[in-house]
Amino acid sequence: MSPSTDPGTDPPTRRQRWLSVLAKAPAPRLEALWDGLGPVPAYTLLRRPEIGLVMVQGRISGSGAPFCAGEMTVTRAAVRLQGGQIGIGYVGGRHPRQAEIVATIDALGHLPEWHEEVEAKIVTPLATEMEARHRLAAAKAAATKVDFFTVAREAGT
Amino acid sequence: MYVAVKGGETAIAHSLDLLADKRRGDRGVAEVSLDQIDQQLGLAVDRVMTEGSCYDRALAALAIKQARGDLVEAIFLLRAYRTTLPRFGDTEPLDTSRMVAERRISSTFKDVPGGQVLGPTYDYTHRLLDFSLAAAAERPEAQTAPADTATSLPRVGDILEREGMLESAPAATADEAQDLTRQPLVFPAARPVRLQNLARGDEGFLLALGYSTQRGYGNNHPFVGEIRFGSVPVSFVPEELGFAIEIAEIDLTECDMVNQFAGSHDVPPQFTRGYGLAFGHAERKAMAMALVDRALRAEELSEAATSPAQDEEFVLAHSDNVEASGFVQHLKLPHYVDFQSELVVVRALRAEVEARNQEAALSRAAE
Repeated sequence: MSPSTDPGTDPPTRRQRWLSVLAKAPAPRLEALWDGLGPVPAYTLLRRPEIGLVMVQGRISGSGAPFCAGEMTVTRAAVRLQGGQIGIGYVGGRHPRQAEIVATIDALGHLPEWHEEVEAKIVTPLATEMEARHRLAAAKAAATKVDFFTVAREAGT
Repeated sequence: MYVAVKGGETAIAHSLDLLADKRRGDRGVAEVSLDQIDQQLGLAVDRVMTEGSCYDRALAALAIKQARGDLVEAIFLLRAYRTTLPRFGDTEPLDTSRMVAERRISSTFKDVPGGQVLGPTYDYTHRLLDFSLAAAAERPEAQTAPADTATSLPRVGDILEREGMLESAPAATADEAQDLTRQPLVFPAARPVRLQNLARGDEGFLLALGYSTQRGYGNNHPFVGEIRFGSVPVSFVPEELGFAIEIAEIDLTECDMVNQFAGSHDVPPQFTRGYGLAFGHAERKAMAMALVDRALRAEELSEAATSPAQDEEFVLAHSDNVEASGFVQHLKLPHYVDFQSELVVVRALRAEVEARNQEAALSRAAE
């Protein structure tokens, strides 16, 4: 896996995609899917869920030099499976349980036998639901698309 | 000089009890929940997050409840809480062209690619009180129409910029943007620092300053190049991973203001820009910020800086409502010793004047 800092242009790796989908999911929904997964390998917490801040950077005029736009809360956690696989979770907001679940799923991602199950039962449904949320927001917005008539032009002046 | 007082513990404890009692209000009325504040008073939450400079809807809702709806007090509470948290780092700069836009308008171009999308706006309401809201009722879902979520929304500014009619956004430098929560404000301040200050600044203060520029105090002929509101993914590179992941989607309002500019001896006549960015849906704030951002560029653009909105020290030193409210409201604390010392001074002065008057009257009588 090659490290990348620009998910906008590089095709995201599997790990990047999982971590992003899991972090952006509503915490209660992820917890419900996780609880429905059945028995999972035992793990220990390398880093207890910890709440902190990140400084959100904006860009002047949307595309120029960065500036500090304000902070947001973030929760992070790290786990180790008994086999030694390490998982990292970072989620926006104050959601200790979500961060721990994300870290555990990230660790499971190192085990090929878990790929398909996690992908099918957790990541794909969450990604589909996120797309549906986006589609609904965009569809509600699209109903308000407007075409103003400029009076001068309509009158032919 | 303020001299501290001691004592009063019991009265203060009882005052806090009374405050909690007033906060709850009539026990016969259901207690408001944080979810209700988040969902149904969402624009108050947005303002508290923006000026509290901390994106967390649940925390802002809690602050609003605790402050009994006093948003400036809620902003203070949120600012105080954030100081208890460790900083994990800086995000990657936001890419607002990836916004899932709920609203996107330009008042300079009618036919912008992607269209004019009104979204949820008060702009076209009649401002008549709607008494149907006084009672709870089933409210229908909004209409939908086919939409394209696959393409990103081009910025109106980028289109004008390609024609050379609009100045380019200032390029990124190798230096990290200075952070006012870590380094003190010094003058002259670079534009990124000014923008951070304005982003946290009081909406009312910036609104009045922006308005003053429109009324002629530093007029810069503004047009709304674009306003957009919607959700944007936030990318962050955790140190343990070394690559970027998206950690959340946050709601943002962005305003790109376009201003007439006659040109200077280095720059041909073109349009210049002011920028506003706010958490949540806060158009008045984002527009005011963009107007003041542009006004503060007077020196950079060789304009005469003669008005309050163009005075960097005046604007940046007074924009923060936590500082302003603290300094104004500290006057309520006991100033007994201060005032006693002033009383002594004024009494002495009065005695002196009286003695002088008496002397003058005596000498007049003697003549």
